[in-house]
Amino acid sequence: MKILTTPRMERCIGCHSCSLACARLIHKRLSWDAAGIRIRSSGGLSTGFEARTCFACDPAPCVMACPTGAYSQRKGGGVVVRKKLCIRCGDCAKACPVDAIYLDASGEPFVCIHCGRCVPFCPHDCLEHTEFSRGAAPEGEEAAAAGEVES
Amino acid sequence: MIRDHFKVLTVDLSTGQRTIADIDGRDTVAGGSGLAAMLFEKYGFLGKPWNEPGQPLIFAIGPLTGYFPLMSKTVCAFKSPYHDQYAESHGGGRSALSLRFADFDALVIIGKAASPSALIVGSRQIEMKDVHYLWGTDLQVAGKVLRRMFPGGGHRTILRIGPAGERQSPMACITADTYRHFGRLGGGAVMGSKNLKAIMIHGDASFPLPAGNDYVKVFDKVHADMTDTDMMSKYHNLGTPGNVAVMNDLKALPIRNLQATADPATAGITGERFAEVALLRNAACAGCPVGCIHIGFVRERFQKENRYLYRQISYDHELIFAVGSMLGVMDCFEVLKLIDVAEKMGLDVMSPGVALAWATEALAKGFITEKETLVPLAFGNSSSYQAAIEHLALGTNEFYQILSQGTMKAAEQYRGGDFACVLGQEMAGYATGETFFVSQALGLRHSHLDAGGYSYDQKPKGKTAEDAVKFLVRDEKGRVFLTSMVSCLFARGVYTDETLGNCLKSVGYAKLADDMEKISGDIQRLRWKLRIRTGYRPENVSIPKRFAEITTWKGQIDKTFLNELKEAYGKSIMSMAG
Repeated sequence: MKILTTPRMERCIGCHSCSLACARLIHKRLSWDAAGIRIRSSGGLSTGFEARTCFACDPAPCVMACPTGAYSQRKGGGVVVRKKLCIRCGDCAKACPVDAIYLDASGEPFVCIHCGRCVPFCPHDCLEHTEFSRGAAPEGEEAAAAGEVES
Repeated sequence: MIRDHFKVLTVDLSTGQRTIADIDGRDTVAGGSGLAAMLFEKYGFLGKPWNEPGQPLIFAIGPLTGYFPLMSKTVCAFKSPYHDQYAESHGGGRSALSLRFADFDALVIIGKAASPSALIVGSRQIEMKDVHYLWGTDLQVAGKVLRRMFPGGGHRTILRIGPAGERQSPMACITADTYRHFGRLGGGAVMGSKNLKAIMIHGDASFPLPAGNDYVKVFDKVHADMTDTDMMSKYHNLGTPGNVAVMNDLKALPIRNLQATADPATAGITGERFAEVALLRNAACAGCPVGCIHIGFVRERFQKENRYLYRQISYDHELIFAVGSMLGVMDCFEVLKLIDVAEKMGLDVMSPGVALAWATEALAKGFITEKETLVPLAFGNSSSYQAAIEHLALGTNEFYQILSQGTMKAAEQYRGGDFACVLGQEMAGYATGETFFVSQALGLRHSHLDAGGYSYDQKPKGKTAEDAVKFLVRDEKGRVFLTSMVSCLFARGVYTDETLGNCLKSVGYAKLADDMEKISGDIQRLRWKLRIRTGYRPENVSIPKRFAEITTWKGQIDKTFLNELKEAYGKSIMSMAG
């Protein structure tokens, strides 16, 4: 399955179009935080930008950390989140090694679902939605199809 | 957040009091320029001087800020140290989206802090911090320390001033996020007068979108217009520096204090030349996929052995004109060095360039001597100008103290007013002719962006003063609505009335959409009323002789038309304001 990658971040101009698109199209919000991809300057604008987004771990530490089963492993890497089961404990964000999970003021988690809908909004083609394997993904029952957030 | 009123944060630096108020007026003043004017009327002291501690420094965003591409600017309003009248200055960077996501439509700062301070604002945080140890630091040092001190990298704006602002020079800007500015008319001095070194706004909230699918559909259409058509290609390609060659070809580029309007040597500072040898990369204001910010580099050998440092410096047409062609500096790397000095000092780059061009001619004519200038100012002598810009920022001697109040102030003292290139404030980089000169001289912001006088000049001749006034009034009215949204004016080709109406309706501002014509007229009048009530009189604005002496592609400037137009536009402004 395809995942979102950020292979050309050297080109990033810091417009935040990707984050805004994710928040708008996936999470129905106006936000540059409540999104699966977030752009930060790495120590001031003169040093460029970096993307905080899910690396599609498999197995994913956030799945293992989640106490309620709200997080489950996505086939091909990454996670599927069932927000109905989420108790806002924040353990997922703590477990994430690359700071890819944003918790809003209420503790609601936001993480990339690898749908690729942000990609066309990047004016410099920094992002890619591509078949990319970081290793064999388990074919368990819990592996779920991506493409939407279950709430 | 979509709301039928304004949520305004007021911070009193004298008492530390913070007030959040819901203020009516969404359907009458919209936001941005309109909101800033309304708030100045409410909080400002029209008859008191600009540096009276109670005077407000206002930052306002609009109903569409963050909701659509290029709705990415903030309007800053204050009583200007340049002319002690109402003023607006517009800036981008991350300022607009940060204020949006801090969940305020406007920030009003009144009072004066007891010691140099920083104000920190977020949706869940309002705090003042003593930063006396940053007073006197240049903007590069201040920026680094401030970034380390406050959280939110990437999702915050840091507005700060340099030594020029601390010294309350009317040429001092407020720098936003390193590469953008509230540049003109001395906003930096207003912060300095309030002992305010920096304002950090953390955009840490998010909001639900309007119900239904309209918003996403309208967004996609606007985004496609911005990125898939050639409407914005100028800004995506060479950026505004592309104007240098265009203006030079038209014989409309101010060169060497406007002693010339074209010169083959400008080939060294065109947008094309910058792109070829000095362009390092681009950047964008938050919410803008166009990314018109062009960042160049200079490297400097600082030891005899091959030891270098390098700096990244943003450049635009106005900056290149001001410290390039206007000073006869025709090498792009030398231009970048001059921009860099002004930036570090917290000076608006345009004003020092034009002021030093005047000083160079005044020195050559013997009106002043090197005793005043301290360095041998001569067109093309970049190293002298680097030193002079620092003198101007620091007010090293009496001459530089006066010059930093404005070129015309210096001309009053030392003579040379005829060749002071001042149109309300130091001129912008367009010597296109009569309509632009009048538009900038009388315009509310004294900006080339107040109205498209420079494009009107390029239309076929034979127009009357009445035609030109109608154009200026009408064009300003449209722009005032855009700056109330608050749009970047580079997007004015995309944001037609119809598109703006669709945008407003899609997020729930149907009444604004239906009344755009009336509201824009009302805001236009409100701003002019404020300007006039704070002392503006068009008859007191002069257009120095130099502007009538130049030759453009159209030939000699038509002095009769220039004077007729100035008088007619002045009358029109006064009657517009009632």
